[in-house]
Amino acid sequence: MSGNVYIYILVMAGVTYLIRLMPLTLIRKEINNVYIKSFLYYVPYVTLAVMTFPAILGATATIWSGLAGFIVAVLLAYRGGNLFKVSLLACLTVFIIELFVPGVH
Amino acid sequence: MNNNITNWKNGIKDGIPICLGYFAVSFTFGILAKGAGLTPFQAVLMSATNFTSAGQFAALGLIGASATYMEMAITQLVINMRYFLMSCALSQKLDPRAAFPHRFLVAFGNSDEIFGLSVCKEGKLNPFYNYGLFIVAMPGWALGTLCGTVSGSLLPERMISALSIALYAMFIAVIIPPAKVNKLLAGIIILSMITSLLFTQVSILSLVTPGFKIIILTVLIAGIAAFLFPVKEVANER
Repeated sequence: MSGNVYIYILVMAGVTYLIRLMPLTLIRKEINNVYIKSFLYYVPYVTLAVMTFPAILGATATIWSGLAGFIVAVLLAYRGGNLFKVSLLACLTVFIIELFVPGVH
Repeated sequence: MNNNITNWKNGIKDGIPICLGYFAVSFTFGILAKGAGLTPFQAVLMSATNFTSAGQFAALGLIGASATYMEMAITQLVINMRYFLMSCALSQKLDPRAAFPHRFLVAFGNSDEIFGLSVCKEGKLNPFYNYGLFIVAMPGWALGTLCGTVSGSLLPERMISALSIALYAMFIAVIIPPAKVNKLLAGIIILSMITSLLFTQVSILSLVTPGFKIIILTVLIAGIAAFLFPVKEVANER
């Protein structure tokens, strides 16, 4: 390592902040175009779905605990569980499954 | 005023799973940061100022390879470009009555997770909800980094593995309930997951980095959906 770590951190923090800041400050008015409005309405659902699957299957120590956590989360969310409950019970599921899967940990 | 406090409190409550999930991710980041030669202070400073996972992990590789500052800037731009889309969506979601300076604060905390939770809230968004999320999520992110750099064996692997699913489970809890009452959204979510899976399985597509996969699929799927199924009144959806 030869560069200055603090300058690296400054550069990356600056770039990341500007990316997050520009749309929020430049687009201040409500957009009236139906197409753009609809597009932005669909954005979070696509983004979150793409980020979640299949990454969730590889997030834990074995695919089996990841799969079990995924199924539990979907079922609980479908039955109206809140964020905290769904999240915690998915963690618990992973923990329990990994107690029984041989060769993990 | 009262409304701000309620939103702040709701944010704190909803932020707990983010905090747990962040701890697990940043703990791993801390271990790697130490390996890359960063001091605990530098690693925590990076987490506190950047507040993003993929960008920080990539930065470790670049710092280790003595990359130029320009290379660092471009890498961060490419990896974090998805936040641009997210901030666009958030710009329309924020309550227009919120004063302009709020946008500077909301932007700083616009991580994948805080975005996901705040943008899917019903009605217009009160920035204090984001502040509540942030005030719980940031300590998880910074503290996890610190613990990882100080002692990689502080938390047993078993715990880290279990906590690693927290953020994904949270996303599921955000997108499933509206999909339950809106079949179109359900279809869009399933399509998004299937195409996302394809990107990891088809050899040519698997070359696309995760950050770009998110951008490509979001623009394509949300773009086509908006064209085929324009939403009449989305200002205060649902």
